[in-house]
Amino acid sequence: MTITEDRAADAATPEIGKARRRKEDQRLITGRTRWTDNIQLPGMLHLAMVRSPFAHATISAIDASEAKGSSGVVAIFTGEDLKDIQGVNITAWPVSAEQKSPDHLPVAVSHVAHAGEIVAVVAARTAAEARDAAELVDVDYDELPAVLDLKKAATDEVLAHPALGTNTSATWQLDSAGQGSGGDVEEAIATAREGGILIEREYRQQRLIPAFMEPRSTVVDPTGEQVTMWSATQVPHVLRFCIAATTGLPESKIRVVAPDVGGGFGGKLQTTPEEFATLAVARKLGKPVKYTETRSETMVSGHHGRDQWQKLTLAAEKDGRVTGLKVELMADLGAYAALVGGGVPVLGAWMFNSIYKFASYQFNVTNYYTNKTWVDAYRGAGRPEATYAIERLMDELAAEVGVDPLEIREKNWITHDEFPFTTVAGMTYDSGNYEAATAKAKELFGYDELRAEQKRRRESNDPVQLGIGVSTFTEMCGLAPSRILGALNYGAGGWESASIRMLATGTVEVITGVSPHGQGHETAWSQIVADRLGVPFENVEVLHGDTQISPKGMDTYGSRSLVVGAEAVVRAADKVIEKAKVVAAHLLEASIDDIEFNAGTFGVKGTDKGISMPEIALAAWTGHNLPDGMEPSIDADATFDPDNFSFPHGTHLCAMEVDTETGATSMRKYVCVDDIGTIINPLIVEGQVHGGLVQGIAQALWEGAEYDEQGTLVTGSFVDYTLPTSADTISFITDHTTSPSTYNTLGTKGVGEAGAIASTPAVVNAIVDAVRQFGVNDILMPCTPERVWKAIAKGRSVPGEGERDAAPHFDEGVPNQDPGAANDGSQA
Amino acid sequence: MTRIKVTVDGVSYSDEVEPRTLLVQYLREGLGKTGTVVGCDTSNCGACTVHLDGTSVKSCNVLAVQADGHEVTTIEGLAENGELHPVQQAFHECHALQCGYCTPGMIMQACDVLKNNPDPSEQEIREGLEGNLCRCTGYHNIVKAVQQAAGAMSPAGSASSQAVSS
Amino acid sequence: MIPAQFDYLAPTSVADAVAALAEHGDEAKVLAGGQSLLPILRMRLNAPGVVIDLGRIPELQGISEDGDHLVIGAMTTYAAVLASESVGAHAALLSKAVATVADPQIRHRGTVGGALVHADPAGDVGAPALALGAELVIAGADGSTRTVAAEDFFEDLFTTAVGEGELLTQIRIPKHTGWGAHYEKFVRVSHQWSIVGVAATVRSEGGSIAEARVGLTNMGSTPLRARSVEEALVGQPATDEAVRAAVASVAEGTNPPSDLNGDADYRKHLATVLTRRAVLAAAGA
Repeated sequence: MTITEDRAADAATPEIGKARRRKEDQRLITGRTRWTDNIQLPGMLHLAMVRSPFAHATISAIDASEAKGSSGVVAIFTGEDLKDIQGVNITAWPVSAEQKSPDHLPVAVSHVAHAGEIVAVVAARTAAEARDAAELVDVDYDELPAVLDLKKAATDEVLAHPALGTNTSATWQLDSAGQGSGGDVEEAIATAREGGILIEREYRQQRLIPAFMEPRSTVVDPTGEQVTMWSATQVPHVLRFCIAATTGLPESKIRVVAPDVGGGFGGKLQTTPEEFATLAVARKLGKPVKYTETRSETMVSGHHGRDQWQKLTLAAEKDGRVTGLKVELMADLGAYAALVGGGVPVLGAWMFNSIYKFASYQFNVTNYYTNKTWVDAYRGAGRPEATYAIERLMDELAAEVGVDPLEIREKNWITHDEFPFTTVAGMTYDSGNYEAATAKAKELFGYDELRAEQKRRRESNDPVQLGIGVSTFTEMCGLAPSRILGALNYGAGGWESASIRMLATGTVEVITGVSPHGQGHETAWSQIVADRLGVPFENVEVLHGDTQISPKGMDTYGSRSLVVGAEAVVRAADKVIEKAKVVAAHLLEASIDDIEFNAGTFGVKGTDKGISMPEIALAAWTGHNLPDGMEPSIDADATFDPDNFSFPHGTHLCAMEVDTETGATSMRKYVCVDDIGTIINPLIVEGQVHGGLVQGIAQALWEGAEYDEQGTLVTGSFVDYTLPTSADTISFITDHTTSPSTYNTLGTKGVGEAGAIASTPAVVNAIVDAVRQFGVNDILMPCTPERVWKAIAKGRSVPGEGERDAAPHFDEGVPNQDPGAANDGSQA
Repeated sequence: MTRIKVTVDGVSYSDEVEPRTLLVQYLREGLGKTGTVVGCDTSNCGACTVHLDGTSVKSCNVLAVQADGHEVTTIEGLAENGELHPVQQAFHECHALQCGYCTPGMIMQACDVLKNNPDPSEQEIREGLEGNLCRCTGYHNIVKAVQQAAGAMSPAGSASSQAVSS
Repeated sequence: MIPAQFDYLAPTSVADAVAALAEHGDEAKVLAGGQSLLPILRMRLNAPGVVIDLGRIPELQGISEDGDHLVIGAMTTYAAVLASESVGAHAALLSKAVATVADPQIRHRGTVGGALVHADPAGDVGAPALALGAELVIAGADGSTRTVAAEDFFEDLFTTAVGEGELLTQIRIPKHTGWGAHYEKFVRVSHQWSIVGVAATVRSEGGSIAEARVGLTNMGSTPLRARSVEEALVGQPATDEAVRAAVASVAEGTNPPSDLNGDADYRKHLATVLTRRAVLAAAGA
């Protein structure tokens, strides 16, 4: 029952760049998996959570007496029972020293701030019995007024946490004039208001749910010297740190394992109330316990993503040359500052200006609390929001100037001969070629033909209109240089760790501090190490995701694994080679300066003498004949801290058909050409791009977390939170240009989030482009058929494109400031 | 408790179960068939898809007692005689999985699609898999894998693979 | 994820099932294909004391012809309906609608009778049953049966003429042999319940519509039959213009829901567009 590989690997060609089929697949396609929920331990108990149905309430009493008598129930714990050992769910990123952060207790003690918060935990013999008893726990709540709407939260009329005295968590600003990276944005705006073009818009980043396929699950075994926690997490190392930091358990007494993890997309970049509650109960009872959530629980309790209002002012000259960009964000953190929560909008600060040469720039964000599920990273985290805003604005600018959206971009982007380029936000982009990616994308797309078809359909008043959407995006990957994180008040470093163990029998163990959950690191890291050390791909074993095996790491998120984590692996491999060289020189009786390493063999210059890496590994292991004073080991560790981010970019082109009679949209064609630097494994890269695309497209078309007036999540299951299926999506055309990153040895830039970042504005731009002739210049996401149809209907009743007034300005009572009006496609 | 007799992946079982036990729970907790997984509670995701008497069903949406007297095939019983099913092989070849959580259900449903339609169009594949959610792949490579498996399972495809192996 | 405890009965005849219903009354819930019931039980939105499984009653299965009627056993699965040549020939509208229900796995288990009795207004079987003038055979105590016209069957949201202690056993559909049919289902993603659906079946004569039947899904608390539209279509040529005029008032008097997928006004607009499309497709235009 093993995979048969019919392509004989050609040993002579480098592994890097090969479309290696994944090592990970064998277990996954045959069902021999180790998801956390699969784990069964002797005597293990099962947990069920009692959760608040109210968005905001105080807990006045909990009566668990009936539940305690239910069959199989071992114990029931309230927050009060656990408060001394349960710890707290901390935020690692208070974005300012003044940030207000309410305590987030895993099991609420007296106050709940969103529907779905845990108020009691039942431990029973089976999961079914635990659930039965949870239904019987009687909780008395005193309901408090809840603040649900982000803009209402800003007024502080109703407080999410009365004890804080305000809903404002923190504010943060980047100003190009202030930091000396550009001019004064207010001046640029004033100039544009007089004789240039000012595009003022307010866009909504709706709330999304990461919706990884594996519900979260945690097993804790407290019966050993170390407490062991298995959890469906992206961040086992961060989790161990947070447990140690807040529960009183010494870090050395905690082992965290991320076994097979079924997707994350940022959604498992969290340390959760459920993990902490499970740990607390296991310690209380001294028994292994398991908690696996239902999907409905994931939806209300797992953190959400995005949720911003974006007020944007773009200044340009009459010919469309951009001069200034002012960004004012309101971000909804939900009920608590999550692990990275408050910092996610801040990550957009360097990205709103994107690939364009703005002379002045200002970014402002204010984070607010509401009585909704907490918000944190979701695929892209900060960059999709920025990319959406700027790519939508560039299309609006093109419409205002009356030129093709690609032309306006070309007029403003950094040209390939201008790299390295320091942007108005202060980031130095090392490499890129926007012209090349765009040219390739246009060709693959058949851009001119589709534009011609669009024209025909417009002229014939076809009920099905065609629109073309452009997104020429960049992003920053590889979180992150530790010094920058320090300057941003982040609570940890951004380095990554790796070890390489050269085993006596010729195989190699690679230990990586990143923690994959579908990305194929085992395969890609094997390819990298195979090339570097000259050993067969099959002989490399990649170990990860267990703090006992991989003691140091910063885990997987922010497209960091390859650009930071694999760089650490490369550096560890280079140290192995250096150590092995000493042994080789000794054994070959040559000067170390004459030793050359090539394709796994150490040779002596000008001779045919040589010794292979496995032979040296064996010699080091026996220790029989090593240079004097040398430790008998060629194993090596490395910790890599990057100097800068990497900056992938790409051109995405999307054609959407809009049925003007119903508002239904359908994707006709999608082409993307991404420059992600050096590609280790094209097969894995394509997969990352496809998946990212669909998540980004889903934000544009289908997904959105919605609450009712009581604070109940209306989209609380897969019935109402409409994930796309295979029947709703199409096959994509993907390609690449390559300008390697200069910040790491391999020249890689990261690809995990690119598709999700780039595609959302491409789709919305295409839809708006299809119906712009009806006077539509925006449609709220997700662009449901109803919203599209209403935008058309509303637009049709007003004068046509040529008869419009100049773009309105903020603060003059224009409809564009009113979210309700702007969102259903009011015309500028 | 109710006694049921079920054949799962070729093995006969006779067990007492609570009537409320879902087939997927019985498979996972009762029989240790953890290859079949649960992804939702509304029968939307299809991760728990198995074959009941040769037809695909969502095993979270069938009670174990309803399977009494019937035959179940899970992802763990799909490979025969030590050889991967062509759909399994194609999923690997085409990189049709990333985290792998939806994969057992996706493969079981893909087999059902091909059983009913050995030469499906892209649209027919996409509609045949509409009851299975995947969050990683964007479906692109899954569709490709099913197309490739269809080719491999066709008379021409199996003839050529025999030619290769002989 | 795990239902509350219940007792399980699996009668092997309609008589036994009806007797079980009589014995357990309110406590009992009937399990047909279970594709709607089991999610409800798993979410603990309902916790019956007894579940009566109809899956072991052979007389509720199967499709047969009885003169000018098709007879479909209540426990016939969607998949069986789709595979049936007789349904395709004599009640094509039902096949077309059933093909859009949920997904293949659900269609393998879900039953026509179960869907009708569940009476979700967004379900796709009610409108074609109405449009085709189906008759529903209901078994009651002591071997009694009664037949209810589809128009009298759907009483309200999740409420039908099937009373306490009764069981739907058969769906009898007058043959519509040679009629063109189309079910126009509007959804945002494919596994969704209908936002609006329109079931249309048309008998054409010499390029004109001789007879038409139109049913609406999710345009009120029950499926609806658009009789005035049916009448307006008679004698019309199957052209866009003529059909557009004939169906213009289809949403009048409907009371569709408002939710995240669309408000009532949008649904009324959709119903008008979709009815035109459904009728034209059914007429082969």
